Amino acid sequence: MDFSKEKGEFYNNLTKTIRRHIVKMTNHAGSGHPGGSLSATELMSVLFFEHMNVDPDNPDWQDRDCFFLSKGHCTPVFYSVLAEKGFFPVEELMTFRDVDGRLHGHPCGEHIPGVDISSGSLGQGLSVANGVGLIAKLDGSNRRSYCMIGDGELQEGQVWEAAMTTAHYNLDNVCAIIDWNKIQLDDFVENVKGVKNLGDKFRAFGWHVVEIDGHDIHAVNEAYKEAKRTKGRPTAILAHTVKGKGVSFMEDTHDWHGMAPNDEQLEIALKELA
Amino acid sequence: MANQEAPRKGFADALIRLGEKHDNLVVLDADCAKSNMTNLYKNRFPERFFNIGISECDLVGTAAGMAVAGKVPFANAYANFLTGRAFDQMRISVCYSNNNVKIVGHNAGTSAAQEGATHLPLEDISLMRSLPRMTVIVPADAVEMEKAVEAAYYHEGPIYLRVGKLPVPIVTKKEEPFKIGKAIKYREGSDITIISTGIMLDESLKAAGELEKQGVSAELLHIHTIKPIDKEAIIASAAKTKHVITVEEHSIIGGLGSAVAEVLSENQPAKLRRIGTNDRFGVSGKMDELLDLFELRAHRIISTANELLGHRVTS
Ligand SMILES: Cc1ncc(C[n+]2csc(CCOP(=O)(O)OP(=O)(O)O)c2C)c(N)n1
Ligand SMILES: [Mg+2]
Repeated sequence: MDFSKEKGEFYNNLTKTIRRHIVKMTNHAGSGHPGGSLSATELMSVLFFEHMNVDPDNPDWQDRDCFFLSKGHCTPVFYSVLAEKGFFPVEELMTFRDVDGRLHGHPCGEHIPGVDISSGSLGQGLSVANGVGLIAKLDGSNRRSYCMIGDGELQEGQVWEAAMTTAHYNLDNVCAIIDWNKIQLDDFVENVKGVKNLGDKFRAFGWHVVEIDGHDIHAVNEAYKEAKRTKGRPTAILAHTVKGKGVSFMEDTHDWHGMAPNDEQLEIALKELA
Repeated sequence: MANQEAPRKGFADALIRLGEKHDNLVVLDADCAKSNMTNLYKNRFPERFFNIGISECDLVGTAAGMAVAGKVPFANAYANFLTGRAFDQMRISVCYSNNNVKIVGHNAGTSAAQEGATHLPLEDISLMRSLPRMTVIVPADAVEMEKAVEAAYYHEGPIYLRVGKLPVPIVTKKEEPFKIGKAIKYREGSDITIISTGIMLDESLKAAGELEKQGVSAELLHIHTIKPIDKEAIIASAAKTKHVITVEEHSIIGGLGSAVAEVLSENQPAKLRRIGTNDRFGVSGKMDELLDLFELRAHRIISTANELLGHRVTS
């Protein structure tokens, strides 16, 4: 079911705000990863504002839902969503990658409220998500465990070791979100080392698979609901997205994987995101 | 100011020159070909370049297989993910099997800069040094890098080569011979020995010059090969000066400082201070800011020398 008109309006505004943060933060730092942040904006916004059971005033609360950004380079979108959700002041976003700040290039689980684990070495998140999922079952807790993974990141063997663990232990409280933007650092994923038939791969590993347009807020919302409803096995949300979504010159290219806009480019980007 | 050049550029240039001469040279990368500049080799020799994707363990294993098949593979990835993640593949498929694989760890030291702790390799030398049969080379600049790549190719056996990303001053000379395992003496001195590796040669040269003005005669040894280390050079210098400082863009645990401590304590006990990062993770910052933060600077070498020599320091 679609969001109400008001809700839809709210998310349109929120995702625009977050995209503006992303380009401003990377411009401020002179480095960082706008491409994979812009592709994940709807997925992250709807997750944190609609589904994650968290309390920004009490970020370490025991029974909270956990989120693990396995593709740790996408801190611009992660920090922006956390700040907008109230985990820390929005103004702090403009200390991104500063030597005397805490908003490091990759998330640090020790220092940033709302960050449940340090990441940035690709491939490690799903194992951690499984750890929370297993203990939630052991403790009889309803908490859920979410993990966002890049499509290039799927080339790390550990992802598939973990995917077997999730299914083997029937962890229906674990949800993997694949930001399937078709591009990694060097090139298109299919040119580097393809991950074709991704749905079949996850299904063969024992997962329930939902395939959606990752920029359609209604579809994203329904996918998270379906994951919650699905019992006895984990759910993988395969989200078709566009790397660099929302900024015309960043869209669908590997050039903006790890490059920051200069002042001129920032101005154009902000106009497009007005 | 001295000429600056990115060590990775020297690496890529040398690789292509060797590739032109030797068609058994193959290059692998783990989705960082743009950043590691191995895409230059790819453009020149597309059929002898393999992007294995974001799969460092697979990368090292594949390189081992290529060595078994008779090629000389250079396996490239960011230093941390390569040495940390694929350590066991290096241990078994490369070193224990004695395969002729060149492991190239990029984004070395503070050159990972704003990427922060996950990407700053401050333990890679330590890990690689512990592997039997592994030779560990840490060049000072792009000029020495070119010679190191050449030497690595002609050396029979596993090598770890550490390559920085961002431009640093050129301080070595083209005509200076490069021999694996052989230290290079940059200054004669009698009061204290400074032993540097990698890009720390630059700050060490500055420190030695400044110490001279203060009336301290510093000898400067540049150790580009951390393993096997040039024991004779270290022992001879320490026998003369009795005071030693090591300087590295790496943890003081397990790297150059540890290697020198091992040599000195068994052969020629001397007063020793190790300068490097002190059992800590990195943070995000510009390369210069990180070098300041970690105090990998000439002023620290100078104050350490004076402290070690028991001089009162007026600053
Ligand atoms: C283990 C590891 N290897 C390599 C890298 C360097 N790296 C950072 S991002 C990236 C590409 C990621 O592509 P993808 O997973 O598709 O992410 P997205 O498109 O969402 O940005 C690479 C190779 C890393 N961070 N960790
Ligand atoms: Mg991608």
